[in-house]
Amino acid sequence: MSDVLVVADHRRGELRDVSYELLTAGRDLADAMGGDLHATVVGGDVAAFADKLDCEGVDAIHTVAEGEEFNHDVTVAAVTALFEALDPGAVVMPNSVNGLDYAPAVATRLSLPLVTDAVALDYDDGLTVTREMYGSKVETAVDVTSDPAALTIRGGEWPAAEGAGDAEVSAFEVDVDESAVRSTVRGFEEVGAGDVDISEAEFVVSVGRGIEEEENLELIEELAEALDATLAASRPIVDNGWLPKNRQVGQSGKVVTPEIYLAIGISGAVQHVAGMKGAETIIAVNTDPDAPIFDIADYGIVDDLFEVVPELIERFE
Amino acid sequence: MKVLVTVKEVAEVADDFEIEGLSIPETFLEYDLNEWDDYAVEAAVRIAEDRDDVEVVAVTIGPERSEETIRMALAKGADRAIRVWDDALAEADLLDPTTTARILAAVAEEEDPDLVLSGVQAADDAFGATGVALADLLDMGWAAVVNDLELAAGEASVRRELEGGVEELTTVSLPAVLTIQTGINEPRYASLRGIRQAQRKELTVRILADLDLDPSLVDDALTLAGMAKPESESDATIFEGGAEETATELETVLRDAGVGAE
Repeated sequence: MSDVLVVADHRRGELRDVSYELLTAGRDLADAMGGDLHATVVGGDVAAFADKLDCEGVDAIHTVAEGEEFNHDVTVAAVTALFEALDPGAVVMPNSVNGLDYAPAVATRLSLPLVTDAVALDYDDGLTVTREMYGSKVETAVDVTSDPAALTIRGGEWPAAEGAGDAEVSAFEVDVDESAVRSTVRGFEEVGAGDVDISEAEFVVSVGRGIEEEENLELIEELAEALDATLAASRPIVDNGWLPKNRQVGQSGKVVTPEIYLAIGISGAVQHVAGMKGAETIIAVNTDPDAPIFDIADYGIVDDLFEVVPELIERFE
Repeated sequence: MKVLVTVKEVAEVADDFEIEGLSIPETFLEYDLNEWDDYAVEAAVRIAEDRDDVEVVAVTIGPERSEETIRMALAKGADRAIRVWDDALAEADLLDPTTTARILAAVAEEEDPDLVLSGVQAADDAFGATGVALADLLDMGWAAVVNDLELAAGEASVRRELEGGVEELTTVSLPAVLTIQTGINEPRYASLRGIRQAQRKELTVRILADLDLDPSLVDDALTLAGMAKPESESDATIFEGGAEETATELETVLRDAGVGAE
């Protein structure tokens, strides 16, 4: 019999979607462990957040009213103190950029085993975490042979918790040692503004690592022009400086929802898919028949883009 | 000033790989410097180039084969390197990222750096947790997923790349560990001169006992219990044939959707 503690994710006044997914993952795990589900939210308008987190299946919500925005030092102090007070069988955190900014320190401070980026959790006499390796090419099962454990879950893998709950909401007081706060958030900036907003486009032609060289980009620009489509790209193209940040589709770039998304030489890493899975029709051209992009594509061509793209341009010029 | 940069040799799997039991046979694996660490090395070398008296030390945990990778960091400008390996590590199937961090922390405690740069994650096991765990073990400040970095007296001003095109501007006091995101710079290629010089740079090999670590440390709570190719969920219509045929089929789909209509 062990309880489960989940830690909500919020940013700039909003709870992020993964918070509700954490409630579902946490509820399932708490059922398997035979315990209660506790949720906590650290910082921001905690009363409003607690209200929203009070979904079906949540037994208790602990609010920590410390600061407006996320600060990892404060979060680590709050989560470790709450963990020690509740003594749960697992603490489940988001595998978001902020989650990865505090979860490892929660694990080291409490001497807990840590498994990140879980896509499934099973508990039967012991915890087994399913997670991917080698850029989603391999799925592994990891047994956690001691408990309690610290976990982070991938966004979008669990359904969001719904319904009204009757969780007991209480304030949890944490003594934050000011001298232990070594980082200060100075502000936020939206990046990737510019001449074009790819998130508004109806037809997107997107190019990835398969294009190999900067000189070859011209070919895709020609294609986009012939098709009257908006040009976008996956992360490596932007990292290389071949296209500006406002053209990047994915978790750290833009989310696009066009009618047609034509992915050229894009393998379909989970971070990319997060930015385009809402497209109506997805078409992929890639040499690797096992590329994850084909898992979400409606139409596919398994071939060299340098063979297919010129043919396609010819037909629409 | 001393900058410690953590690097890892990672395996990339070939397109048509197979799994045998709990591992992938060597024939399907190709080893290289972890992409994120390449950016971290570049960031460290640039700090050294911009200032006087900066020493860049690269540290890795890996078998003898990985010396090729850490020599690459030396060829790109790191001053010396430390490779940690042990029979116990050779036998471990999967390390908890906090275990990896404990080993690196033992090296960092000896080196006493002002700044530690780590890649955000390793391309193979993708835990994305070692850098922050290391910072906490060393009682240092940290920032995760950094895509811009400026150093001033006693602090680092960084941008953290959050989701959805938002960046967080944060100041972290030094000493600190920063986890470096791809795209922060343009990693250089090692020059021939650099590669030659790297052969003469100091590369120290340490076993766990040298670092006052008990080899039983690697028997952590994580055990690899299964490995499989993810089931394909594809229900895509795949066009077959040569480029001419597939392009024609795709043309039909696009024209049906209204593309090319005047």
